[in-house]
Amino acid sequence: MSTSRFTRRGVLRTGAIASAGLALPTYLRAEAHTGFTNAPGDSEVVLGFNVPQTGPYADEGADELRAFELAVEHLNGEGDGGMLNTFSEKNLDGTGILGRRVNFVTGDTQTKSDAARASARSMIEKDGAIMISGGSSSGVAVAVQGLCQEAGVIFMAGLTHSNDTTGKDRKANGFRHFFNAYMSAAALAPVLQNLYGTDRNAYHLTADYNWGWTQQESIAAATEAMGWETVNNVLTPLAETDFSAYIAPVLSSGADVLVLNHYGGNMVNSLTNAVQFGLREAQANGKKFEIVVPLYSELMARGAGQNIKGIPGSQNWDWKLENEMGERYVGTNAFVQSFGEKYGFPPSQAAHTCYVQTLLYADAVTRAGSFNPCAVVEALEGFEFDGMGNGPTLYRAGDHQCFKDVVVVRGKENPENEFDLVEIVEVTPTEQVTYEPDHPMFDGGDLGECNPGA
Amino acid sequence: MDAVILQFLNGLDKGSAYALIALGLTLIFGTLGVVNFAHGALFMIGAFCAVTMSRLLSLSHQVVDETRTDFLGNPMKVDVPYVNDWFGEATGALIIDWAVPISILLAIPVMLLVGIVMERGLIKHFYKRPHADQILVTFGLAIVLQEIIKQVYGANPIPTPAPEAFRGSLDFGVMLGFDPYTITYPYWRLVYFAFSVIIIGAVFAFLQFTTFGMVVRAGMADRETVGLLGIDIDRRFTLMFGLAAIVAGLAGVMYTPINSPNYHMGMDFLVLSFVVVVVGGMGSLPGAVAAGFLLGILQSFASMNWIKDIIPGIDQIIIYLVAILILLTRPRGLLGRKGVMEE
Repeated sequence: MSTSRFTRRGVLRTGAIASAGLALPTYLRAEAHTGFTNAPGDSEVVLGFNVPQTGPYADEGADELRAFELAVEHLNGEGDGGMLNTFSEKNLDGTGILGRRVNFVTGDTQTKSDAARASARSMIEKDGAIMISGGSSSGVAVAVQGLCQEAGVIFMAGLTHSNDTTGKDRKANGFRHFFNAYMSAAALAPVLQNLYGTDRNAYHLTADYNWGWTQQESIAAATEAMGWETVNNVLTPLAETDFSAYIAPVLSSGADVLVLNHYGGNMVNSLTNAVQFGLREAQANGKKFEIVVPLYSELMARGAGQNIKGIPGSQNWDWKLENEMGERYVGTNAFVQSFGEKYGFPPSQAAHTCYVQTLLYADAVTRAGSFNPCAVVEALEGFEFDGMGNGPTLYRAGDHQCFKDVVVVRGKENPENEFDLVEIVEVTPTEQVTYEPDHPMFDGGDLGECNPGA
Repeated sequence: MDAVILQFLNGLDKGSAYALIALGLTLIFGTLGVVNFAHGALFMIGAFCAVTMSRLLSLSHQVVDETRTDFLGNPMKVDVPYVNDWFGEATGALIIDWAVPISILLAIPVMLLVGIVMERGLIKHFYKRPHADQILVTFGLAIVLQEIIKQVYGANPIPTPAPEAFRGSLDFGVMLGFDPYTITYPYWRLVYFAFSVIIIGAVFAFLQFTTFGMVVRAGMADRETVGLLGIDIDRRFTLMFGLAAIVAGLAGVMYTPINSPNYHMGMDFLVLSFVVVVVGGMGSLPGAVAAGFLLGILQSFASMNWIKDIIPGIDQIIIYLVAILILLTRPRGLLGRKGVMEE
C-alpha cells in the first residue's frame, strides 16, 4: 500500500498561492527587478493599440488600426519604410526598437471610458504592453491616460482634441501629437470672419462630454472675440443618432450660423439632419444660413457625402498637404504612398497621428537607450522634429502637447474622385495657435512626476 | 407657435416608426400570446434589406480611365455599375437612386420567410411556457440576429440616401403664413409618415374586411372555439407572425434614409416600442398605433429647449414617465382589454 504525500489541505494551500501569483499584474511580479513596468525581453517588445472598433467613432478606430499595423511593419523593416525615410531623426533602422521585434495587441475602447480602461488594463497586465496608444475620444483618452500614469506605462494619445487632455487632465506619462480645441478655434476664427463677416448669431450643438464642452468653449470664445453672438448652446448625448429634434428649433432661434461641435458618426448624422431640414438653403437675418464644423476629417466628409460641400472646419493634417502646400510638409506623401499602396485609399488624420505617435515613441526609446518610461518622457519633452507631415513640430515639455501648423479646410464643391472631398483653405502657422501652458482654458492641470511603475 | 408645429411634425416620423413596430409586436402578442423581444431585430433586418438591395443594384466592374489619375498618381479605376451596362447610364443611375423604395420588393418575401422560420423554428416551442421564458429566448434571438448582421455588414452605420427627388425639405411655414424657412420639414419624413399611415390602414383593412382577417380576429377573441369549428388557427397565426415581420421590416426599409442603419438600431427601438405596446394596451392594435404617435410626439415636444431648461434630460425619460402615469391611472393601458396578461 502506497501513501501519497499530498494532502487535501496542502494542495488547496499551494493552489491558492499559485493562483494569487498568477493573478498578480505582470508589472508587480517578474519584471519588477528591472525597475519599470513590463520591461521587454531580449527579442520582443509589445505595444498596445486601444481603438474604437464599435460606436460612433468606429471609422476612425479602423483607420487608426491600419496605421498602427503599418507603423509596426516599418519599425520591423518591412514595407517601404514610409516616414522613417523623411523623419528628421535617423535613429530607427528597421530592426524594431532597441533590437527587439515590435509586436502589438489591440483592444476595443467602444468609445466608453470604462471599456477603454478595461481593455488598456488587460493589455498592460495580461499582454505586457509597455506603451498604449490610440483612441478617438477625449473622454477615453483622459481615462486611459490616467490609467497609464498609475500603471507606469507611456500613453501616446491618438485622436483626442479636448483641451483637457493636455490641460487640466495632463499627466507626465501622457503625450499628445494631435492638435486641440483651442488651436482649432484660433485657426478657424479668422477664416470664418473672412467668409461670413463679424455680425453673426451662432447656435451650437455640442456633444455632451469633455471634448464637446472644451470645443464649444474654445470656438465660442474665438468667434465672440470677433463680434459674433452665441444664441444658444444645446448639449446632445454622445449616443444620439437622430438629431432632428435638436435641429428643428435652430431656424426659429434667430441664429444664422449652426456650429456643430460633433465628431465622427455624431457629426455625419447631425449634419445630414441639418441638410434634410433645409438649413443649407435657408436665409436668416437677411443672410445665407451657414454651418460650421470646427473639427473636421476626411472620414466624416466621406460619411456625410454631398452634405459636406462648402462647410468649413479644421484638421490636424490632410493627405494632400505636401502636394498643395509644398515641401514644408514633407513626409505626407511618403505616408500616403505607403498607406495607399497597402489599403487602396488615402489615410485619415486619425491614421496619421497614430502612425506618427508610434514612430515618435520608438525614436524616443532609441534616443534614450531604454524602455524605462521616465527615460522616454525625458527624451520626448522639448523634442523638436520635422519630416512627419506637419512641418517643424515641438513636443512642449510643460504640458506634453505638440505645437505645429493647423490646417483649415472646407468641403470641396466639385470633387474629382471619391477621396477628393476636402479642399485646404489655408494653413495657420504654429505661432498663431500657440498659448501658454497656464492659459485659462488649460489651467488647473499638473503633469506630476513620471511613473515607471514597478 | 412655429416651434410647436415643428415639434409636432417632428414627432410624427418617430411616432410612425414606434407605431409600426408596436403594431407588429401587439399583433403577435394578440394572436400567439408571445412577448416577442426579437421584434426590434426584424425592424433592423428590414433596414439591412435596403442596404443589401442598394449594394446589389450598385454592383460594378472596373474600367481604367487613362485620362484621370487616382490619389497615388496611377491611372484611375472607375466603377461602372452593371445596371448602367444593361439599361443605359441615365436609367441605371435612376435605378440606383431609387434603391430604397425598390428594396420593398426584396423586403416583403425576405421578412415573410424570416418571420415564418422564426415562429416555426423557435418561438412555437415557447407558446405554453411562462412569459419570462418567452422574453428571455426572444431577447437572446435578437442578440444573435444583431451579431450576425454586425459580422456581415460591420459595426458602422451605412449611409442609405433617399431618392434625389425627396432629399430637400418642404417650407411649411410659408404655407401656414409664417416667414420663409421658419418651419421646414424634410420630404422623406413626410413620405415616411404617409407610408406608415398606408401600412397601418392596410393591416386594419386586412383584419377587418377579409375572411382571413375575420377568422384571425375570432381566434384572438376565442382561440379554442375557432379551433372546434375545424379551422386551422395555428397556421393562420403563423402567417400573422409573418405579416407582423413584414410590417416591421418595411418600417425598417423606409427608415434608412432618416437614420443610417446599424446593427443595434433594432434594440434602440425595441424597448421604446414595448413601452408603446404596454401604454396602448397589450394586444390592442388601435392602442398600439395611438400610443406610438402619442409618445413620439410627446418625446419630440420634450426636446424643446425651454422645456429642457426647466427639466434637464426630460427628453430621455418622458416616455417612461408617461407610461408610469398611464399605467397608474389605466392599468390595462389606453385601449387594453380586460383579461389580457391578468391570469
